[in-house]
Amino acid sequence: MVQAVTTLETGRRTTESASTGGCASSGCGSSTDKLAHLPAAIRAKVNDHPCFSEDAHHHYARMHVAVAPACNIQCHYCNRKYDCSNESRPGVVSELLTPEQAVQKTLAVAAAIPQMSVLGIAGPGDPLANPERTLATFRALSEKAPDIKLCVSTNGLALPALVDAICEHNIDHVTITINCVDPEIGAKIYPWIFWNNRRIKGVKAARILIEQQQKGLEMLTERGVLVKVNSVLIPGVNDEHLKEVSRVVKAKGAFLHNVMPLIAEPEHGTFYGLMGQRGPTHDELQALQDACSGDMAMMRHCRQCRADAVGMLGEDRGAEFSIEKIEQMDIDYTAAMQRRAAVHAEIEAKRQAQRQAQYEKREQAMQPQRGEVFVGLDSLTRRRPKALSNAQPGVSESSAAATVTPAPTRRAGRALRIAVASSGSGVINQHFGHAHEFLVYEVDDQAVRFVGTRRVAAYCSGDETCGDGESALAGTLRALDGCTVVLCSKIGIEPWDVLEAAGITPNGEHAMEPIEDAVAAVYAELAAAGHLAEFETQTALSA
Amino acid sequence: MAYQITDGCVNCWACEPLCPSQAIQAAKPHFIIDPSQCSECAGDFAEPQCASICPVEGAILDAGGKPVNPPGSLTGIPTERRAAAQAEIRAR
Repeated sequence: MVQAVTTLETGRRTTESASTGGCASSGCGSSTDKLAHLPAAIRAKVNDHPCFSEDAHHHYARMHVAVAPACNIQCHYCNRKYDCSNESRPGVVSELLTPEQAVQKTLAVAAAIPQMSVLGIAGPGDPLANPERTLATFRALSEKAPDIKLCVSTNGLALPALVDAICEHNIDHVTITINCVDPEIGAKIYPWIFWNNRRIKGVKAARILIEQQQKGLEMLTERGVLVKVNSVLIPGVNDEHLKEVSRVVKAKGAFLHNVMPLIAEPEHGTFYGLMGQRGPTHDELQALQDACSGDMAMMRHCRQCRADAVGMLGEDRGAEFSIEKIEQMDIDYTAAMQRRAAVHAEIEAKRQAQRQAQYEKREQAMQPQRGEVFVGLDSLTRRRPKALSNAQPGVSESSAAATVTPAPTRRAGRALRIAVASSGSGVINQHFGHAHEFLVYEVDDQAVRFVGTRRVAAYCSGDETCGDGESALAGTLRALDGCTVVLCSKIGIEPWDVLEAAGITPNGEHAMEPIEDAVAAVYAELAAAGHLAEFETQTALSA
Repeated sequence: MAYQITDGCVNCWACEPLCPSQAIQAAKPHFIIDPSQCSECAGDFAEPQCASICPVEGAILDAGGKPVNPPGSLTGIPTERRAAAQAEIRAR
């Protein structure tokens, strides 16, 4: 099944730092440069895609339809028993849909959630191992909801044979899960594949899978299809190797690399879960993403969602759209499409205004501060590199830049990690206690960069065989490990005290402000008050 | 002589389109093989197709009632390890 996610992806359930040479800091110009060579048409393709663009994921919603149960390979992070309604991870679904039901569900969701821009098929098996069901769904949707982008996620085994069909169906975003390019390593991840009517095991199986993945990647990029590569980081198995994977897929034209942490618990019944294979720590994941970012645009906002997820990336509204409920709904599809167009136009106007405001603020700040070493908050670069910082902000340029946030090549000041509670729109607008996840930003005197998300609900919070019994707040503290400040719209007294006792400062003073402005402001406030050194000590102790 | 599907089946549909005799049908609670249709793939494939793609150990039995994919053969998870983990989970 699929470990995709954001995308979509395939594979079911489920460390050295930056500076790979060159200039990769977001303050020095490489981030937008990496995408600047792409034609405007391609940049426009990701502008409203929540999985391909980090900025877009604050504004747009997506959904997956679970029409593809069959798989043609086995991954050690996957258990093919896919029907769990309580867990949030790839390859899990509540109900399997026929293509007809999937179309009905997509139209219902797109009517109820007008921010929806993308429909993906990501399992719970491999979409391309179910070509009839997958393609029938896409065919009907491209007729009935032509404004919705179509996406597919695959393990790649059947990809070369289906590239033409993918192109015929206007699927212009494809995610391939590539965990290795070395069959010896592959044999430790994939116990078998089904190929040419036989089950094949071991290194031979991995070699065939890798060949097909690479061939499929080349064929898609030749045809101008946007390809994202997902990789599952499995400590001790493919961690160091993923740097090579990143180089190889980038050379073949992949657009974005999404390194995701292994999810492995005994309860999931997977090989890795039962054999005690651990997932990476937050620091290990970030370090590897940083190491890969010298070669490749990295995605860090993936939520590893279910194969039937619905809504904004951080949320799952699937339960509101069961087949039973959809059948009761009375929907005017034409009106819904018009409403989507209007809502998308509003979103774009708002994004443009946000960019314009940032641009003007920076312009203003440039004047008095030019030549100074440090550091008013307005002199901090966000993601726009200097080379373009004086240019008028444009839609496609900015959205493309947003997906690429390379690591700094050097630690300019004291970097802090700041966690943010946001329910969307790119602003701090969520109550601490309502957050199911936090966005984590790293900030120093040079730049603010998004580094990842921390989920605070347990992956599985269902019956007594699922949860781990730990209190929600204790879990939140663990998830916020390494963060020194939490920004939220509001927070209760009890969690405030607990956070402070753990060395994390809650801050509700930046409610409704754009996230990156607020993060930069908090850093500047701490610097001005001379508090950076104490946070650095704390971080070092907790590391 | 025919193969058979057990209640280990997870209804993933992988086998259904592969059967050269169209002997496999979706059913509740799980897929079934029509014994009058099943040819064990004789004459069509060297290996029985349903058992070659089925991801679940023990879900497909041969004509003698033996699992074609016995425990541990597909996932590599030793049966003792699985049993121990299940006991641990139940104990929580």
